Amino acid sequence: MTDRTTDPWAEARANLSGWKGGLNIAHEALDAHVAAGHGGDLALRWLGRDGARRDFTYADLTAEAARFANVLAAHGLGKGDSVFAMAGRVPELYAAALGTLKAGMVFTPLFSAFGPEPVRTRMEIGRAAVLVTTEAIYRRKIADWRHEIDSLKLVLILGEEAPEGCVALAPAMRAAAPGFETVATAPEDPALIHFTSGTTGKPKGAVHVHEAVVYHAFSGRAALGLEPGVTYWCTADPGWVTGTSYGIISPLVNRATMLVDEAEFDLERWYSIVQDEKVQVWYSAPTAIRMMMRAGAEAAKPYDFSSLTFLASVGEPLNPEAVIWSEVVFGQPFHDNWWQTETGGIMIANRPGQEVRPGSMGKPLPGVEVGIVEREGGTLKVLGPGAVGELALRPGWPSMMRAYLNEPARYAKCFVDGWYLSGDLATRDVAGYVWFVGRADDLIKTSGHLIGPFEVESALIEHDAVAEAGVIGIPDETAGEVVKAYVTLNPGFAPSEALERDIRGHARKKLGPAVAPREVVFRKTLPKTRSGKIMRRLLKARELGLPEGDISTLETDET
Amino acid sequence: MTDYRAVFVEELTRVAPDIDPSTVGDGDHIQDDLALDSMDVLNLVAALHARLGVDIPERDYPEIATPARAAAYLAARAG
Repeated sequence: MTDRTTDPWAEARANLSGWKGGLNIAHEALDAHVAAGHGGDLALRWLGRDGARRDFTYADLTAEAARFANVLAAHGLGKGDSVFAMAGRVPELYAAALGTLKAGMVFTPLFSAFGPEPVRTRMEIGRAAVLVTTEAIYRRKIADWRHEIDSLKLVLILGEEAPEGCVALAPAMRAAAPGFETVATAPEDPALIHFTSGTTGKPKGAVHVHEAVVYHAFSGRAALGLEPGVTYWCTADPGWVTGTSYGIISPLVNRATMLVDEAEFDLERWYSIVQDEKVQVWYSAPTAIRMMMRAGAEAAKPYDFSSLTFLASVGEPLNPEAVIWSEVVFGQPFHDNWWQTETGGIMIANRPGQEVRPGSMGKPLPGVEVGIVEREGGTLKVLGPGAVGELALRPGWPSMMRAYLNEPARYAKCFVDGWYLSGDLATRDVAGYVWFVGRADDLIKTSGHLIGPFEVESALIEHDAVAEAGVIGIPDETAGEVVKAYVTLNPGFAPSEALERDIRGHARKKLGPAVAPREVVFRKTLPKTRSGKIMRRLLKARELGLPEGDISTLETDET
Repeated sequence: MTDYRAVFVEELTRVAPDIDPSTVGDGDHIQDDLALDSMDVLNLVAALHARLGVDIPERDYPEIATPARAAAYLAARAG
């Protein structure tokens, strides 16, 4: 039993209905609302790229999720099996996510702009049993190696037809019954696996459980102001954790109406959507906000934004100029908040009704304990206001990851002295507002996505010409950081513009545009330690004209 | 007489060298069909500006969404 006097999320917990003595995210997001008489409320309004528009009530979406769950069951899949999805923002993707949870299976979204390598690595680590995707993605990125994934039992293709060895989803959904009794899951049963990059080694699969729904319910209200009937637009793609936690689960659990736009960022389209759909709560990202800023306040003038009540931003720090600009243009500032794949939900936020400090990520949510810490051997020292240290959290909130899939050692490394270490450097002011300073490691934050240099370097050295590669993030006014690669060449190859393009083309094919370097430069040697490790830190310091710091381990320098 | 389609495809494949220029169709959408992301689009706009001196404001990005539209737009703006 949870103690109501010490559990900061007791109220959120009490508001959930529970299912068969346990807890199930899909039950809380869908079934519970229908049972309470809200089946006719609008759950999802989908805006197609070409002007199409489809509405789904809570009852409709429950039926779609049930059909999907029945499709999975008809193929002999059951509780605990892993369902991967890789598609654009189409209604079927939402039915698949919710149907997977309804069936007690584990859902993993993949970003549809990933190239074949990131997809394959993640499907191998996650032992994917099912993949839901489009025919175009399947043919371009998956068909070649699909049979080498021995765990994979079923490939569902959106639409009416499917290539050989795959199943077309549309006819299968039509044939499936619209009723499915949600599988009983325990609060600690796995529900979602989100992949995140590491500085070294393969990506890590952060495991989230059904109990996370307690925090999704709570934080949607506390940090975003979600409530029944609110029109809410989360612009994040469900391929990333924001697009799942706050693009599917939190709004539905809070019985909001979510808007889903299939198209990519387009200034006039976005402004029209906010105006015409009367968006009240808008959750977006700094890259998009800075693109709006580039277009200027004039471009926003013709639109009526009076429906907006709360704007929030996540992904990387939102610069003060963007906060101030948005208040002028929208009548409401974008409220920055902070969290990670591992935390499963918003930890620190500029919350509704609180003073916004432009440039700050805000204050910890109720129940969340934040420390700015410094490592001292095996223990941590908690630092006072104004000091820069690593941003740490006291574990125990419901949406915290429970494991990195099959990697207990890497999981254990995240915790020191009773704190979870985020890998972000930050400082806290005397009023308790937290300010992002940088990454404590070599991970690159670009357009709100975390990219591991190792994954990029591994793809680069697969190119015939590339001997070694060092990958860093360099500052960019729109994306926060962009990926830049330094490479040395194998004998017989010489630097040229054509070779630079060929290497970038190779990386884009393997990794996709979101992960591949935007720039490749040639070096004769790269700075390395005695043990042969490329010193990315040094590449970055030189790129930025910063002090080089401790270079006592430098063995071979860059030339 | 500048061949604006050729210039456009050249800059497009410089930004996204995974694309084979010979396979690019007049009506291919740079994001939906050719898989450019939004950073690629910004880089393409910057490259076109550097090469042709044409300033493409944000609200005109739909005008360069396909090689055919871009060729017409660039011809009108550069000419």
